[in-house]
Amino acid sequence: VSHDPETASGTDPVRILSPDGEPVGDPDVGLAVDELRSILRWMIVARRLDRECIALQRQGELTVYPGFEGQEAAQIGSAWALGREDFVWPTFRELAAAMVRGVDAVQYLQYHRGTWHGGPYDPRATRFGPICIPIATQLPHAAGYALGQKLDGTDVVTLAYFGDGSTSEGDFHEAANLAGVWRLPLVLFCQNNGWAISVPTAGQTAGAIWRRAEGYGFPGVRIDGNDVLAVYAATRDAVARARRGEGPTLIEAMTYRIGAHSTADDAGRYRDEAEVEAARRTDPIERFRTWLVGSGGADDAFVAACDAEADAFAMEVREGVIATPPPPAEWMFDWLYAAPAASFERQRDEALG
Amino acid sequence: MSEYTMSGALNRALRAALDDDPRVLVFGEDVGRSGGVFWVTAELQAAFGDRRVFDTPISEAGIVGAAVGLCFAGWRPVVELQFDAFSYPALEQIVDHVAKMRMRVRGRVDLPITIRIPSFGGIKGKEHHGESPETYYAHTAGLKVVTPSSALDAYRLLRLAIADPDPVIVLEPKSRYWSKESGELSTDGPGIGQARVLRDGDDVTLVAYGAMVARTLDAAAVLSEGGVSTRVVDLRSLAPIDEELLARCARETGRMVVVHEAPRSLGVGAEVAARVMELAFDHLQAPVGRVTGWDVPYPPASLEQHYLPSVERICEAAQAAVSY
Repeated sequence: VSHDPETASGTDPVRILSPDGEPVGDPDVGLAVDELRSILRWMIVARRLDRECIALQRQGELTVYPGFEGQEAAQIGSAWALGREDFVWPTFRELAAAMVRGVDAVQYLQYHRGTWHGGPYDPRATRFGPICIPIATQLPHAAGYALGQKLDGTDVVTLAYFGDGSTSEGDFHEAANLAGVWRLPLVLFCQNNGWAISVPTAGQTAGAIWRRAEGYGFPGVRIDGNDVLAVYAATRDAVARARRGEGPTLIEAMTYRIGAHSTADDAGRYRDEAEVEAARRTDPIERFRTWLVGSGGADDAFVAACDAEADAFAMEVREGVIATPPPPAEWMFDWLYAAPAASFERQRDEALG
Repeated sequence: MSEYTMSGALNRALRAALDDDPRVLVFGEDVGRSGGVFWVTAELQAAFGDRRVFDTPISEAGIVGAAVGLCFAGWRPVVELQFDAFSYPALEQIVDHVAKMRMRVRGRVDLPITIRIPSFGGIKGKEHHGESPETYYAHTAGLKVVTPSSALDAYRLLRLAIADPDPVIVLEPKSRYWSKESGELSTDGPGIGQARVLRDGDDVTLVAYGAMVARTLDAAAVLSEGGVSTRVVDLRSLAPIDEELLARCARETGRMVVVHEAPRSLGVGAEVAARVMELAFDHLQAPVGRVTGWDVPYPPASLEQHYLPSVERICEAAQAAVSY
C-alpha cells in the first residue's frame, strides 16, 4: 500500500496553488503582501531549523527528534489563521506551528533535549498546550478547553493538531463526539502525512478522514496541506465558524512526511524512496515561493535574505540548546503536587541528600 | 443534629462546593437529569442549571480528558465515573495526564480535578461492578486517593478533595451509600493524608478503609467481648498514607492486621506492612497480618461471601497476631 495525497480515498483536496505554483483558485485569501512574505519566511526558517535539529540529534545534543519536513504549509498556514487568544493543543511534531504562535524554539527543544517533559514553555502565556506524545490524548483536552471557553462565553477558538494515525484511537472519537454533541468552538486539524511510523494511512483507516465529520454532526473538509494558501483559507473559515458559535470543523490536510517518523527510525525499511521523491515534487515551500515571486509579492533577494536569516536563526537556536545545562535533580520532585504530603517531602529529602 | 446517608452526605458536599465556588462543574454519565445511578447528584442540575451540572456521552476518556482541558481554562471539574471497572477506559488520561500535567507544565496550571468512582463490592452486583481499583491509582505518582467509610466523613473528604489544588480520586464504597450517620456536616477534622482512630484498644490495631471499616468495627466488638482490646484505624487516605499514625499504633499495640477487599498481592496491606516495618520494627510483636480479597477476579454475587473478608476471618487474624 502506498500513499498518494492526490487521490487518497478518491476525493481531490481543495487547492488554490497547484504543485508547480500556478493558481487553480483565487489566491487572494485576504492576506496582505507583508503577511504573505512573513509566511514564506517562517516556512524557510522552520525547515532550516528542522534540519538543524536532526543534526543536533546526530551529534548527541538532542534525544530522539521527530522531524516535520514537508509539513511546513500545513502547520504555518493553520497557525497563521488563529487569533492571539486562540489556543492550540499540539502533538509532538508541531515545532513550526509553535514558533508561529510565539513559543521560543530553544525552550521548546528542551523537550527533545531531555531536559523536561511536557511543556518547558509556558502554555498559558503562549496559548500553546504541552507537547503530547500519547496518540490523540490531547484531543479530549482540546474539547475540554473549548467547553471551558464556551461556558465562559468568550470568543476564543481552540485548535487541535493530530495525525492520520491518531484517528484510529478512541480518544479521537471521544473528542470529536463531545465536540459535536456540545457544539464546541473547536477546529480539529488533521495533518495526514501519509504515514504513522511504518503504517500508511490505508492501513489505519479504510475511509476518508474528513468524511468522518458527518457522523459527528459537523462539517469536514479535505485540503491540499502543502498549499499554504488553501490551508490558511480553510482554517480561517473554520475558526470564523467556531467563533460565530456554529461549532466544530474537521480539516484533513493532505501532506507528506518527507523524513522518517523520528531520528530513531529508518523509513527505508518500509517505504519506497520513489514515493518520497514524488512527494518532494509537491514541496510546500517551493510551490509558495514560485507563486509569491511570480506574482511580484517577493523577489529572489527576499528569498535569499530569508535563507540567510534561517541559517543565522538555526545557529542561534543550536547555541541556545547546547548551552542548556541538565536540570537540577530537585526538578524530579518540584511541581508534582501543589500541596505535597509530608511523607513526599521526606522522600524528596532522602533523594536529594 | 441530623442523620445522613452517605449518598445524601455526598450530595450535600457537591451542593456546598457548587454554592461556594462558581468555577466548580459536576459532570459525568447520568449525573444530570437522573441524578446519578446512586442518587449522589440528585437535584443538582435543577438547583445549579445544566451549564454547571451536566450529562455526558458514555465516554470515560473524554470525560477525564475534558476535565484536564477545563483546568487550563480555569475550571474546577468534579467528574463521576459510574463504576469502578468503568474507570479503566480513562486510565490513560488519568495516568498520563491528570497525574503528571502539573509537573509537565512546571506548576503553571493546577489540576484540581476530583474523580468520583463508586467502588468496591458487597452489593451483589454484575461483573465489573465490584472491583477495588485503588492500587492502580494509589501507585500513580501525582494522584491523591481517598475513600470514606461513613456519611459524615464522606462529606468531609469530598469537600476536601474538591478544594484540594491537586487531582484527587474519591473511591466511594457503594455498599455503604445507604448507611446512616448522625451529626453535623463539617470539613473540620482529619484532612487528606490523615487516618483516624475509630475505636481505641491496646492489644492489636486493625487497619481498614472503605466498606471494610464497618465490618472491622464489628470484628473489634467481638474481639473485645473475648477480652482482646482492639483498636480500629480508618485509613481514609490511601495516597498519601498516614505513616505517622500507623507507626504510632504499631508502637502502642505491637500488633497490626490490615483488612481490605482488594486482592492481597501488591495491595494497600503490603504498603501498610512495609511502612510499619520501616518505622516501628522494634515494637512489633507479631508479623503484620493481612485479611483481604483473594488474588482472583471479583466473584459473582452468589460467591461474594467467600471472597470478602468476614468478621470471622478478621477475628482469626487478630487472634493469631495476639497469640503469636
